[in-house]
Amino acid sequence: MSNQSIPLIFEQSCPGRYASMQAPAVDENHCDIPQEFLRTTKATMAETSEMQVVRHYTQLSQRNFSIDTHFYPLGSCTMKYNPRGVQRISQLPGFVARHPLAPMIHSQGFLSCIYELQEILKEAVGMKGISLAPLAGAQGEFVGVSMIRSYHEARGDHERVEILVPDAAHGTNPASAIMCGYKVREIPTNAEGDVDFEALENALGPQTAGIMLTNPSTLGVFERQIKQIAEKVHEAGGLLYYDGANLNAILGRVRPGDMGFDVMHMNLHKTFATPHGGGGPGSGPVAVGERLVPYLPIPMVAKEGNQYRFLTEEDCPDTIGPVTTFVGNAGILLRAYLYARLLGREGMRRVSEFATLNANYLMVKLQEAGFELAFKNRRATHEFIITLQKQAKEKHVTAMDIAKRLLDYGCHAPTTYFPLLVPECFLIEPTETESKEDIEEFIDALIAIRQEIEENPELVTTAPHTLPVTRMDEVRAAKELDVCWSE
Amino acid sequence: MPYIPHTERDIQEMLDAIGVASTEDLFDEIPANLMIDGLPGVPEGVNEMLLFQEMRKCAREDIGGLCFIGAGAYEHHIPAAVWDVATRGEFLTAYTPYQAEASQGTLQLIYEFQTMMASLMGLDVSNASLYDGSTALAEAILMAVRSQKKSKSKRILVPKTLHPTYRKVVETIVSYQGIILESVDFDKEKGILDPAILEQYAGEDITAMVLPQPNFFGNLEQVDALTDAAHKLNALVIGVVNPTAMALLKEPGSWGAEGADLACGEGQPLGIPLASGGPYFGFLCCKKSFVRQMPGRIIGRTEDTQGRQGFVLTLQAREQHIRRAKATSNICTNQGLAVTAATIYMSLLGQEGLRRVALASHQNLQQLLKLLAEVEGVSVKFSGPHFHETVITLPRSSTDVIQLMAEKGIQGGYDLSQAYPELGHSLLLCVTETKSTEDLVNYVECLRSIL
Repeated sequence: MSNQSIPLIFEQSCPGRYASMQAPAVDENHCDIPQEFLRTTKATMAETSEMQVVRHYTQLSQRNFSIDTHFYPLGSCTMKYNPRGVQRISQLPGFVARHPLAPMIHSQGFLSCIYELQEILKEAVGMKGISLAPLAGAQGEFVGVSMIRSYHEARGDHERVEILVPDAAHGTNPASAIMCGYKVREIPTNAEGDVDFEALENALGPQTAGIMLTNPSTLGVFERQIKQIAEKVHEAGGLLYYDGANLNAILGRVRPGDMGFDVMHMNLHKTFATPHGGGGPGSGPVAVGERLVPYLPIPMVAKEGNQYRFLTEEDCPDTIGPVTTFVGNAGILLRAYLYARLLGREGMRRVSEFATLNANYLMVKLQEAGFELAFKNRRATHEFIITLQKQAKEKHVTAMDIAKRLLDYGCHAPTTYFPLLVPECFLIEPTETESKEDIEEFIDALIAIRQEIEENPELVTTAPHTLPVTRMDEVRAAKELDVCWSE
Repeated sequence: MPYIPHTERDIQEMLDAIGVASTEDLFDEIPANLMIDGLPGVPEGVNEMLLFQEMRKCAREDIGGLCFIGAGAYEHHIPAAVWDVATRGEFLTAYTPYQAEASQGTLQLIYEFQTMMASLMGLDVSNASLYDGSTALAEAILMAVRSQKKSKSKRILVPKTLHPTYRKVVETIVSYQGIILESVDFDKEKGILDPAILEQYAGEDITAMVLPQPNFFGNLEQVDALTDAAHKLNALVIGVVNPTAMALLKEPGSWGAEGADLACGEGQPLGIPLASGGPYFGFLCCKKSFVRQMPGRIIGRTEDTQGRQGFVLTLQAREQHIRRAKATSNICTNQGLAVTAATIYMSLLGQEGLRRVALASHQNLQQLLKLLAEVEGVSVKFSGPHFHETVITLPRSSTDVIQLMAEKGIQGGYDLSQAYPELGHSLLLCVTETKSTEDLVNYVECLRSIL
């Protein structure tokens, strides 16, 4: 990669130039919109040729790490291979050109895919109802907690004002609960990575609306007391929310519905391999047990005879309402459906099998090499945590430094400093699509970096050295805020 | 095994290293009574070739002919270069740019996006995008409530000329936060808000007003007078706009004496295919003073240790992964890929190209309306200026007419009988630059033959 800055597209602009191939013909003498409604200012947009634009953005793309180019063991993000076949099929003209409000006779193909996806996902998670509308995992959480609130309110149970969240949870969990008007109470985790059961029992009461849990948790371990937790929460009159971020670890083996959860979201961009796109779009369908079916967000797809149609407010009078302008991130749903079809029932079980095999192999090998595990008596699920506090204490080299140095070795860094409970941590998730050799290369890189810390720590604390830029001044970015270019 | 590279030998070596006999043993911490044997309800897997064959047939069912539906999603020509470049693996399969040094491509691109979007809206700041237009509005309203120090009421004026689904989505999302959404009716003759209607709120505490341009009917609201009237009430103004239209029409930052305070909307018209409703992206821009209340990702320009220009996620202290329960929003992604496409689209067209798309769309609608004037019983509902969409009234049920036109291969418009029964037999008609004169004539002939 070149280490020269690439000028902004605006800095390559030349007045009067534009990609005329792409601009339709207009009659300049024929605009009947009164002057008072018209724009009179110039916007900051580039004036460039088509080739300039293609070259610029191609060059920018080359400054990214991605699954297609690098090992990407970002914990809790499930950066697995995104099949190209799925991408291609999702681009068939009939799918791409369909207007979201097209008449039903021009919609049966798309609707049949969505209906079948609903059925497949319900089976995969052991739930009774599903809505594919939520546009991301975080929106799925909001929807799920909203349904919990609607459920309690419909029963006249207005005293339930609190949602319990383990301290290891994703930050979105408490933020979503707050958006639904709830108070959040944190539950501590014990030394083995399970929920502190006694603390949970003490926290439960008539004020409990529900609990939000990730299982396997963000600590990379399976919550072994899940059945007992479900019993206790239900006894107290609360409902259980399952954060599906880690569904990849258990697909086809254990189902949230069977564990006792009442509502959940799944992240299709993780478990169902839809592309992460540089930070989205995601998709966060919500599935529910019997009690919450009436509150699911619209629209959903129903099959009547051989015909498919959308369910609307008239069909679902107790729905919490829509959460998206149309039907959700339709193209992502379609990709997830195609991926599910390619894998089939056996392939889904293989996902969890090999994600877990890879993680445990990587964990054991790192432990053998002398790295410190956060939970050394536990099996890894699809991910696990190592702590680099020894390196931080003795050599003043932080987890972030090591993360940056990994980039020089051609590996994307694992998730750093999350969960917040473990100091100087890496959350490492190799996923099932990486080979044994890829995993071993990553191990070798970490061992080599540890050697560098002994011999020349500055090499690590000043990394990366081989990328187009060195470390960024983030303090300056926040203080001297520059979020838009101007001449 | 599909997408799994392990050979038998790999598996055995890995199991030996771990010290277990089989992969099943790796799940031994899960209570046995929770384990299932399989997923009988999931179909068996197929290979890529077979799925391609099946899906080609399936997708073909949805090729519906000429589309004259708008109502929040618009068919525009998308230059081939847009998605060719956007779906390069380096953009397609990267994640949120947490490691700035390994994500300069996506980060610089979003910085360019923020620049174009903010200036298209005539405002100071844009975020990196939100989910879609309706959720962007919900976030804009929440942001206005947080920003408005002068107001305690959390009362938001929401006109009935706003997209009906936007109104419902906003209600779903903000209803548990004590926000009061007050509906404002429109002038039934003109299909726009009468600025005088705001006089009834004189002396009251109003937090913000939502102002669509063009409005759901495609009509142009009197944004200058409305913005000034809302500001007189000390209410913030949230513009909800079509971004393509903003290359032609007055941008929110120039509305009235002081300009709108926030602007948001659906980014789909900027190079994103219709694709059954998503993934699209929502955009949200604001005046500088509100930036710390902005939800979602924001990219900032800074320098590396060698003084070179570089880009990072900034103001992260607002966000859920740091602030948890105290965050400005639970949002933790943007619509990265759609934004990538939109950025390339805007760069390709430039302001001039975009203005031409807007003007050509408007002129095509005008041409169709001229042709429709010859059809007996069909009339344009509202007389004022519009953009590329307008309401026409029919002599018989719009639901039936749309159904019959669809059978003849024309998607004739959006049926208004559900959302606006007071408008009678009406449909919302949209024409963009993609329609030729022949297409317009076909529309007219089809409609005439049915009536």
